[in-house]
Amino acid sequence: MHHIVLDRWSRGGTAFHQLDPRAKIVPLLVLLIALATAQRGLAAFSCAALALIVAALLTARIPIAAAFARAAIVLPFTLVFALTCWLSGDLARGEAMAVKSYVSALAVLTVVATTPLPSLLRGLELLRIPSFLLTVTQFVYRYLFVISEEGQHMSKAAAARGAAERHWFSPSAFRAAAGALGVLFARSYGRAAGIHDAMLARGFHGHIHTLSRLRFRARDAAFASAVSLAVVALRLALERIA
Amino acid sequence: MKRPLIEVTNLRFSYGDGRAALKGVDFRLDEGECVALLGPNGSGKTTFVAHLNGLLQGEGAIEVCGMPVARRNLAAIRRKIGIVFQDSESQLFMPTVLEDVAFGPLQRGLSREQAVDRAMAALKTVGMEDAAGRAPYHLSAGEQKRVAIAGVLATEPEILALDEPTTFLDPPGQRALAELLLALPQAKIVVTHNIPFALALCSRAVFFEGGLVSAEGSVADVVRRFAWQFDLKAAQSRG
Amino acid sequence: MHIPDGFLATPVWAALDIAAAPAVGYMARRAQRGFDDAKAPLLGVMGAFVFAAQMINFPVGVGASDHLVGGALLAYTLGPAAASVTMTAILAIQALVFQDGGILALGANTVNMAILGVLAGYLPFYLWGQGRGRKAAIFAGGALSALVCAVMAVSELLLSGVRVSMSILSVSAAVFLVSAILEGAITLAVIEALENIQPGFVKKPGEGRSFALGAAALAALVLSTVGVLFASTAPDGLAWLSEKAGVSSRAKSLVATPLADYQAQFLPAGWHAKALAGLAGLAAVYAACIAIGRLVARKRSA
Repeated sequence: MHHIVLDRWSRGGTAFHQLDPRAKIVPLLVLLIALATAQRGLAAFSCAALALIVAALLTARIPIAAAFARAAIVLPFTLVFALTCWLSGDLARGEAMAVKSYVSALAVLTVVATTPLPSLLRGLELLRIPSFLLTVTQFVYRYLFVISEEGQHMSKAAAARGAAERHWFSPSAFRAAAGALGVLFARSYGRAAGIHDAMLARGFHGHIHTLSRLRFRARDAAFASAVSLAVVALRLALERIA
Repeated sequence: MKRPLIEVTNLRFSYGDGRAALKGVDFRLDEGECVALLGPNGSGKTTFVAHLNGLLQGEGAIEVCGMPVARRNLAAIRRKIGIVFQDSESQLFMPTVLEDVAFGPLQRGLSREQAVDRAMAALKTVGMEDAAGRAPYHLSAGEQKRVAIAGVLATEPEILALDEPTTFLDPPGQRALAELLLALPQAKIVVTHNIPFALALCSRAVFFEGGLVSAEGSVADVVRRFAWQFDLKAAQSRG
Repeated sequence: MHIPDGFLATPVWAALDIAAAPAVGYMARRAQRGFDDAKAPLLGVMGAFVFAAQMINFPVGVGASDHLVGGALLAYTLGPAAASVTMTAILAIQALVFQDGGILALGANTVNMAILGVLAGYLPFYLWGQGRGRKAAIFAGGALSALVCAVMAVSELLLSGVRVSMSILSVSAAVFLVSAILEGAITLAVIEALENIQPGFVKKPGEGRSFALGAAALAALVLSTVGVLFASTAPDGLAWLSEKAGVSSRAKSLVATPLADYQAQFLPAGWHAKALAGLAGLAAVYAACIAIGRLVARKRSA
C-alpha cells in the first residue's frame, strides 16, 4: 500500500529529514501560496518550483520517479476538470489548474515524505492548531492501517461465505454490506474503549503528554528563511520577465 | 499474618443490560505470588481484572495495597497495579515504541529525561531496547506483547495483571514470555487458557465459573479437578 | 469531493481558511467538554473507521458501486461537534498522506464537509430524530449532508471563475443527487444494522441538544443556498473582478480581499427575489429528501 511507502521514506536519516518540521512547513506554505496566486509566468514559476522540489528530494534521497508517480494521484480528478474547462472554452484555466494542483501535491508530498507524521503534527501544534484536533488526527493515522486491515478481512470473510461481488442492486446484498459496516463500526468503537482503558490503566488523567521536543535551531531558521525568500524572489523575477 | 496485596470480598457486578458477570467473588493475592485465573470463556475473569484498578466498579469490597478501590484512590492504585490487556494493538496507541512506553511515566509527571530513562530501562528488561524508534504497528505479536509489558513496567507497579498474555504467540514466543515473567519480581495475576504456561509460571490457580470462584488450589490440582485440559486421547476415545 | 490546491481563487480559499479556523476550534472545544483528551482515541479510531468503510462497497446497480462518506453517520453516533472534529482530522490525513485535497484548500474542504456537511446532515435528525419520522430523518440527513458538500464545492469553484457549461453542470447535478440519495440509504441501512447490534450506539437527538448548533445547522443550509445563488449570478466570479479592477490593482486580487467587498458589486437589482427562489428551491429539495426517506423507511419496515 502506498502510504506505507511514505511512512518508510519519512523515517530516513538525511539532513533534510532532520530539519525541524516547522522549518519545512513554513517554506511549503510560502511555495503553495506563491503557486496558487501565480498568473503571469506560471509555466516558468512551476518549472522553478519543480527544480526546488527535485533538489529537496535529491537531498533527502527519496526516489524521484516514485515521488512523481505518487503525486500523480491528483491527476485523474484534475484532468477531468481541465477537460471540463476546455469543453467550456477555457483551455488556459484548465491547464493552470492541472499544473498548479500537481506541483502543489508534489510539494506537500516532499515534506510529508521527509517528516514522520507525528512530528509533522507536533510542528503544526506549535503553529497554534488546536492540540486536541492534532491528537485526534494522530489517532486516525495510528489506527488507519489496523482498521482498514480489519475491513479487508471482513470483506474477504464475506466473500469466502459466498457473497459474490455483486454490482447490480439487490436489497439483500445492500443489507449485507450495511451489516458488515455495522460490525466494523461496533468493533472500532470497542477498540476505542480498549484504548481508553489502557490509557487510564497507565495513569491518564486528562491530557496526553508527549515525549518529543522540537528544537528550532539556527540552521532551521536559516533553511526556512532562505527557501522562503528564494521562492518569493523567483516568483517576482519570473513574473517580471513574462 | 502479612497484609495481602489484593483482597477482594463478595464482589458483584452486572453489565448495563442486566447480565450478571460477577456474583460474589472472593480473592486474595499475597506478596511474591503468581496466581492463574482459569475458567471458561465468559466466566468473568476479564471483568474481574478490570475491577482491580477501578476501570469497572461493582458492589463489594476491593483493597489494593491496603487502599480501597474508590475514586479518591484511583490514581494511587493505578500506580500500584499494572494491567497488560489482551489486545496489544489497542494498548500500544502512541506512534513509536519509545513514546508508548514513556506514556505512563509522563502521565505521572516525570520529566522527559526521566521518562526516557525509565522507558529504556523497561524496554531493556523485556529485551526490546532496539525497537525504541519503531512504530508498534510494524512489530510482531510477540514483540508487541513485550512492548505492552514494558509500558506497564515503566510505571513501576507492585502487582502485574496479564489478560491472556499468550494469545497470538507461537510456542517459542510463549516460552520466552514465561521466562521473562518468571524473572520479574512483582506479584502476578495471569488470566489464561494456556495450561502449560500456567503450570510453568503460577503457584496457585483460581477457577472461575459463571461469575463465581468455584475452586482454588495448585494449578495441577485445579486442572485435574475440572478436566481443564485439552486431551486428544480422551477426545478420540469419546468419539 | 476534495478540492485540490490550484482550483480556487485566492480570495475564496483564503476566506474559507479564515472561516474554518474558528469553526473547527469551536467544534474541538465543544467535543472535548471539560477540556480533556479522553475522547481523542474514540474520535480518532472512528475516523480510521470512516477510512476503512470506503473499502466496503455497496452494490447500487448499473454495474456501479458506492461507499459511505460518513459525515451524517458520525453526527448521529458521536454528536455533531465530535463528528466535525473527526471529519476534519480525516480531511487533514487525506490532504497530507494521500494528496486527496489541497493544503490551502483544506479550509474550503473543511467548511464543506466537516462543518456544513455534518451540520446539514444533523439538522433533520435534530428536528425529527425521535418518533415516527425518525427513519426519514436519518435518510434525509445522510442525503442532505452529501448534497451540501457537493453544492458548496461546486459553488466555490464557480465563484473562483471555473467556467462550466450548463450541460455539464446539469449532468453533475444529477450525479450529485443520485449519490446523495445513496448516502442517505447507506446511512439509514448502517444505522439500522447498528441498532440491531447494540441499541445504545445511536445518540438521542436530545443529548447535547443546543440551539447554537441547531442555528448553525440552519445557517449551513442558508449559506449553501446563498453560495449557489452567488455563484450562479456571477458566473465568472473573481476573474471578472480582476479584469474589471485592471492590471494596476491586480495585487489586490492576490491578497485575500474580504468577500464582502465585492459581494455588493455583484448583487444585481432583483437579488431578493433570486435569493428567495434559491431558498425555495433548496426547501423543495429538502422536502423531496424527506419524502423519499419516508418511502424508503416504509418499504423497509414493510
